Amino acid sequence: MRSSHRQRGLGRLPTLAETILGGAAGSYVDREVDHAFAHDGTGVLAREAWREMGEPPLPAPERCSILFDHIAPANTGTTATLQAELRAFSRTCGMHFSEIGEGICHQLMSEGRVLPGDVVVGADSHTCTMGAFGAFATGVGATEMAAIWSSGSTWFKVPETIGIVLDGRCTGAAEAKDCALEYVRRLGMDGATYRALEFIGEGTSALSMDSRLTLANMAVETGAKAGMMYADATTRAYLAAYGRDIAVQRPENPGYVQELTIDCTDLVPLITPPHRVDRAVPVERYESTPLDQVFVGTCTNGRFEDLLRFGRIVKDKRVKARTIVVPASRPVLERCIETGVLSWIVGAGCSVGVPGCGPCLGAHMGVLGEGETALSTANRNFKNRMGVGAEYYLASPATAAASALAGAIAVPEVP
Amino acid sequence: MIEKGRAVCLGADIDTDCIIAGRYLRTRDRSVWASHVFEDLDPALASRLAGAVIVAGKNFGCGSSREQAPVALKEAGVVAVVAPSFARIFFRNAINVGLPVIEADGVSCADGEAIAFSLDEHWIEVGGRRIPVHPLSPRMQEILAAGGLVALWRQRQ
Ligand code: SF4
Repeated sequence: MRSSHRQRGLGRLPTLAETILGGAAGSYVDREVDHAFAHDGTGVLAREAWREMGEPPLPAPERCSILFDHIAPANTGTTATLQAELRAFSRTCGMHFSEIGEGICHQLMSEGRVLPGDVVVGADSHTCTMGAFGAFATGVGATEMAAIWSSGSTWFKVPETIGIVLDGRCTGAAEAKDCALEYVRRLGMDGATYRALEFIGEGTSALSMDSRLTLANMAVETGAKAGMMYADATTRAYLAAYGRDIAVQRPENPGYVQELTIDCTDLVPLITPPHRVDRAVPVERYESTPLDQVFVGTCTNGRFEDLLRFGRIVKDKRVKARTIVVPASRPVLERCIETGVLSWIVGAGCSVGVPGCGPCLGAHMGVLGEGETALSTANRNFKNRMGVGAEYYLASPATAAASALAGAIAVPEVP
Repeated sequence: MIEKGRAVCLGADIDTDCIIAGRYLRTRDRSVWASHVFEDLDPALASRLAGAVIVAGKNFGCGSSREQAPVALKEAGVVAVVAPSFARIFFRNAINVGLPVIEADGVSCADGEAIAFSLDEHWIEVGGRRIPVHPLSPRMQEILAAGGLVALWRQRQ
């Protein structure tokens, strides 16, 4: 799987993407995949395609998963019926199945399943999140997923790589999310189309795994195919807690097609106003904008670290905007219960939802009404996504906490 | 092979939420997607897509990986989508469902104008002007020629 140090004919050190895929940027490769997953939304179409293909047996069902998270629990009878069919399908094929309430597919894959060097495909655009482990992880469509389940492999065009150098560490109220909003702003919505991102530098090494997942998650908002980081001691310690033993990857300096440097020391809390994801500005620019709803969760910011940060700020206070908090997974929820973080959040007057995507995709559990304004810790703010005619802002859990308390957009204090 | 259609011109950064909104995804009925395609952009657009070649700005199909987006376009009668660049998941999905996507710079046209294109000869013709387009890889051409990935799979069995 891992190719030699110096790729033949490349004349420079290979990028992480080139190393894992085993080819030079621009070439086409066929690769076996280590994980191939879909969720309750894309799984329906994937199963449909699989049936049209003549219901071929799966060569490696243990590498295939269906995880219910998008509209989980079901919102209508139609959804419930589609979900019942999908549940039965996963059982028949012998693939891994994750029931409603277990959590968001990307979070569950990050809890000890994906390892450095893996090739991961998911029928969801935020599959790039798994790049935080030094895996090559990318989103594909439902039909392609059916073909991958049925063959165990797929083709890739090996991407060129943009290096994102994080200098320094966040010192103030800014956190990984602010850094993510910043690199998306700097690259633009299509600044990395067909390319991979590699995050390097002191700022990256200093980040916890939860924070790295936040950064990698937003890679697709720049059009990137993958957002990757080298597995190091932090990755190793994180995976050891799940009983997985890994070798660290050696960061090389492969000569990127483009390099972007962000000095984390200078970062201030950012907010991305409606409806373009690449327009982050300092939070104070929108200070005092009244909010109807605050949403904390998603595959970007629904992890323990995020809820802890949010909980610390709202503890012993009372939110003024209606606030929905959705842990990214059952283990995250359990940890919030064990540590008392959940009681801070509930005690502050927040509603807590079933682990999963929650209102992120505007399908259930907190859809916004016309003319309403919300602040969300999610990754994208396309028009009408969280509710037709609604406006919403993207920011960090700390900004969400300060804003929930104020009932309007507010700058978080330096902890 | 030469294919033809009439231009429907759209802007840049058209995302998949805008092509087919999340609220219409919980069904397997393709006609539902086709009738609500681009609804949040312009509710009248869906009825104008039969025989259309969509000519869009850069980064067409960004956002969610939903395959319903290219399926909705195809079902509504779109012949092909032309743009200077596409979001990669949309691009791959379109080919997998058999919807031609053409990467070309500098295509300017008016709504309703006649367009012709050839995928194997890599050109597009608008207003009597022939513009070269980025060729698709042999693998992608093979999938498109078969009518999509499912059709190709069945051919091979
Ligand atoms: S949390 Fe939101 S962005 Fe993440 S997978 Fe779910 S719907 Fe998509």
